[in-house]
Amino acid sequence: MSYAQHLRCRECSRDYPLAALHVCEFCFGPLEVVYDDEAIRAAVSREVIASRPANLWRYREFLPCEADSAINIGAGFTPLIHAKNLGKALGLPNLYVKNDTANPTWSFKDRVVAIASSRARELGYEKLACASTGNLANSVSAHAAAAGMEAVVVIPDDLEAGKVLGSSIYSPTLVKVHGNYDAVNRLCAELAGSRNWAFVNVNVRPYYAEGSKTLGYEVAEQLGWRAPDHCVVPIASGSLFVKIRKGLNEFAKAGLIDEPKTRMSGAQATGCSPVATAWAEGSMNFRPQKPDTIAKSLAIGNPADGYYSLVQLRDTNGACASVSDDEIVAGMKLLAETEGIFAETAGGVTVASVKRLAAEGRIDPDELVVAFITGAGFKTAEAVAGRLGPALEIDATVESFEAAYQDREGVPA
Amino acid sequence: MAVRRLRFTFPTDLIKEPVIYLIGQRFEVITNIRMADVDERTGWVVLELEGEAEEIARSVAWAESRGVRVDPITGDVIEG
Repeated sequence: MSYAQHLRCRECSRDYPLAALHVCEFCFGPLEVVYDDEAIRAAVSREVIASRPANLWRYREFLPCEADSAINIGAGFTPLIHAKNLGKALGLPNLYVKNDTANPTWSFKDRVVAIASSRARELGYEKLACASTGNLANSVSAHAAAAGMEAVVVIPDDLEAGKVLGSSIYSPTLVKVHGNYDAVNRLCAELAGSRNWAFVNVNVRPYYAEGSKTLGYEVAEQLGWRAPDHCVVPIASGSLFVKIRKGLNEFAKAGLIDEPKTRMSGAQATGCSPVATAWAEGSMNFRPQKPDTIAKSLAIGNPADGYYSLVQLRDTNGACASVSDDEIVAGMKLLAETEGIFAETAGGVTVASVKRLAAEGRIDPDELVVAFITGAGFKTAEAVAGRLGPALEIDATVESFEAAYQDREGVPA
Repeated sequence: MAVRRLRFTFPTDLIKEPVIYLIGQRFEVITNIRMADVDERTGWVVLELEGEAEEIARSVAWAESRGVRVDPITGDVIEG
């Protein structure tokens, strides 16, 4: 059963019922789910959790909806690998990669949408909606299909083909908007405010955001019930960044792991780096930006949890890097060539940021570091197209093969 | 009557200007500040604007023409 008790304003601590509410009526602060911590502590154990199926519902006591009636397409419990080759390349022998490309729609958004869609159905909604640059739309479309709900997904008209296809295969109402980024955002804000739909990251956001905590739970369990020393997480809205640490804290509160001392560091693309810029300036006020980066899944110029990300960076002694589009592509290639993981551009941002932070001495080589890879590379194939080695083109003869094989670029004779 | 909840972000060169006061003077719009944080470099104000929808839209357009960035209070609703 769920031990969720009510929603609470993160700013003024006012309580609200567990309804489709997302901001405090008094101060407009964001609302967050509050649980009966004592009851959770009494109900869970490492053994109970470990005995359950390998998906995020194994952490059901920590989630704000009923697991037995949840919309479950198998999100979560993705591989955590000791990235020895990548770690060697970066001088980090204890580097791990949390590979969330292995989710049902190939991104971590399945975690948040699993929770948001389940809670939306509990609240009586029949339509799921979102505004997305790709991954979220894919996941909403898939979850709605599995639940027999209607999906309305709104996307900008310049998305990568893989991300459009990844929604349309599930037959949602797919709305492509002409216009610049600000215009799309405004239209969607207006739609979210005027329709009685479950906009997953707007009116059911408090529940949606809870899905990201499961990454913290999983990493702790997969490390043998301990928190990592340092996490490097891509920052878009900032929700994922904040919630991973919340997950670790909740596990400690429930007695499943020791009190975490985990440092939390962020990764952004230079073309959309409101949090990294504010962090570099030592400010707790970020300035919204107009995104201009190939990492479209991180292109949130006015992040809802930007301030809380800055608080967490400060409180955990973290750091925040921003990396160029060229570094992003190099990061994607490095991860693929060293660990066999083809990540989307956001993964390139994370790997390039780990590289930068390690080189700057902001990551201690002795630390157990986890880099979070949040989406799969086929979704953003355009980013690396034309930048990869060509195939050997030959006639169907051994001589032709030998000649081409000997002449491979970059290979000594 | 309509109510819109918005976040105004001020660039450095507008920090000293009474933009919100001027909205109340120039337009038939009631401004109600709910949260704010302003320093010498930048600042944001979360406020409620109440009035006819068209008048609110005109007041927002005017603020934007002065260089204020106006966003929904939820931050960006579009996500990756």
